[in-house]
Amino acid sequence: MKQLTVISGKGGTGKTSITAALASLAKNAVFADCDVDAADLHLIFTPEIKQTMGFHGLKIAAIDKETCIDCKKCFESCAFDAITEDISLIKEACEGCGVCAYVCPVDAIRMIERDSGYAYISESRFGPLAHAALKTAEEASGKLVTVVRENAKKLAEEKKRDLIIIDGPPGIGCPVIASLTGVDLVLVVTEPTLSGIHDLERILDMAHHFGIPAFVCINKYDVNVDNTKKIERFCNEKSIVVVGKLPYDIVMTKAMINQKNIIEFSDGKLSHEIREMWNKIQEMIGKA
Amino acid sequence: MIIAVASGKGGTGKTTVSTNLALSIGKVQFLDCDVEEPNANIFLHAKLEEQEDVSVRIPEIDKEKCDYCGKCSEFCAYNALAVVPHNVLVFPELCHSCGGCELVCPRGAVRWNKRTIGVVEHGQAEGIDFYHGLLNVGEMQAVPVIKALKRKIDKNKHVIIDVPPGTSCPVIESITGSDYCILVTEPTPFGLHDLKLAVEVVKHLAIPFGVVINRDGIGDDKVVTFCQDQDIPILLKIPERKEIAHLYSKGIALAHESHEWHEMFALVFHRIQDEVST
Repeated sequence: MKQLTVISGKGGTGKTSITAALASLAKNAVFADCDVDAADLHLIFTPEIKQTMGFHGLKIAAIDKETCIDCKKCFESCAFDAITEDISLIKEACEGCGVCAYVCPVDAIRMIERDSGYAYISESRFGPLAHAALKTAEEASGKLVTVVRENAKKLAEEKKRDLIIIDGPPGIGCPVIASLTGVDLVLVVTEPTLSGIHDLERILDMAHHFGIPAFVCINKYDVNVDNTKKIERFCNEKSIVVVGKLPYDIVMTKAMINQKNIIEFSDGKLSHEIREMWNKIQEMIGKA
Repeated sequence: MIIAVASGKGGTGKTTVSTNLALSIGKVQFLDCDVEEPNANIFLHAKLEEQEDVSVRIPEIDKEKCDYCGKCSEFCAYNALAVVPHNVLVFPELCHSCGGCELVCPRGAVRWNKRTIGVVEHGQAEGIDFYHGLLNVGEMQAVPVIKALKRKIDKNKHVIIDVPPGTSCPVIESITGSDYCILVTEPTPFGLHDLKLAVEVVKHLAIPFGVVINRDGIGDDKVVTFCQDQDIPILLKIPERKEIAHLYSKGIALAHESHEWHEMFALVFHRIQDEVST
C-alpha cells in the first residue's frame, strides 16, 4: 500500500480542490482529510458517515475548589500559565501535563479526559473516506491527524485498496508533520505568488528533512507567468519534478458550489491538465 | 487596541487585510504570528535588524544518577521520554517543557538544556514597528514562538496581529487577549464552512468580531446571508479582480498602489475603533 500526501505550506493554494479532483481519477484508493482544524474535503465528497468515534486529545485538569487549601503550588508549577492566582483553570491554556495534580498536597486536582472532537469513517461515491472534526478551541490536532491516518490504513487493508491519498493541513508544524511521517510521496500544491514561493521553499525543506520524495503542482500558473518560471527554475535546480501547471479557471469554484469536483463538473482544459498530471503522479507512485 | 486578523481557512487573504490595515493606519505595531509560514514582510518590506532566538527547555538525563526506574516516561503526557534497558531516550520535538519529569524523578537525574526552535525578527517599515516569528523547519510546536512574539506587544500602540490559518492551538494563542478580531473569508462553500468554525472560536473567546469578504463575486451569496442572519458586521468586500490578484502575486500592497484602498482600510479601522470604544 502506498501513501500520498497533498500539502502546500501556504493555505488556500488549492490542495483540497485538487485532492477532490484526483478522487475521480484514482480508482482503487482510500482518502483521508487530515486538515482536521478546518476540514473541507467532505463538502465535495458528501460522504455517508458509517462510524463516529469520540476523540480524546490531551487530558485536562479539574480543580475541586472544596478540597483546595489555596497553597498556590499548582499556580506556581504550571509551565503554561493555565492556572490563575485565585486557582481557576484557563481551559484553552491547559496542555494536560499533569504537573498541577502531582504537586497538589491535598489531591484537589484530577486529570480528566477531554472530549476534543470526532473521527469519522465514511463511504462516498469516490470510495472510503477517513475524516475528523476538532471541537472549538481544542488542542492536539496532530494526535487527531494520527487517528485519521490509522483509520485510513485500516480501511485500505479491509477494502484491499492499494493507495491512500491524504489532504494535508497548511503550515509546517505539528499536524503537518503528523500528515507526512511515513508516507511514500508528497505532492506540493503551490501558486505563483511571492508568498506561495516563500512557503514552497520551506515545505520542500521539510519534505527533505523527513526524507520524503516531493513533486510540485503549480496551481493558477497563469496568474503570474514570471513567478511560475521562477518556481520552475527553482524546482529544476533542486531536481524536483513539476508534475502539473494548472490554469486559473473560475469553473473550479463553480464545481465546488455544486458539491462536485472539477473532473465531474467540466470537461474543459483544466480537467484535461489534471488528468495529464494524474498520469504522471501514477508513474511516480509506481516507482516510489 | 489589539486587532487580530484570522480566518479558519488558509489563503483567504488574512495577510492582505492585516498588512493593508497597518499601512493605512501607520504608526502601529505589527506581529506576524503565522510563524509556520510568515508572509507579511513580503508586503511590508521591513528592514530586519534585530534577531532573537526562541528556545524551550528540554530534559537531559544524568546517566550517573539515573537508575532507569521509568517514572519520568510514565508521567510524560507527550511520550517525549522512553526508558529502555540502561538508557533513557529523549524526543525533544515532542517535549512541551512542563517540568514533570524533573518533579517525579526520585534521584534528581533530570537537568535542563536549551533548545532553539525558532527566531523572532524585528524591524521598521514606514513607521510600522514590525515583528515576525519563524518556526524552524522540522519543529512541531509553533506556540512558544507565538508566545515570544506576543511578549513584544506594546500596549501604548495599536497592534495588528496576522494569525495563522486553522482553529487549534496556534490560532487560540495568537488571538487571545485581542480587543477585536477580523475574520477574512471568501464567498465559497469552503470559505463559509471554515468561517463558521472561526466564528465559534472567537465567540468562545468572547472577542468582538467582524467579517471581510475577499474575492467578492467568485462564488455565491451564502456568506452574506450567514452574516446577516447572525448579525455579524461585514466590514469590507474586496472584489475578485485580476489586477488585485496580480499585485498580490508580486508582493505589492493595495494601499501602496491606490489611495482609494488606503482610505477604505482606514475606514475599517475607524469603524472597529468606534465599536471597541463603545
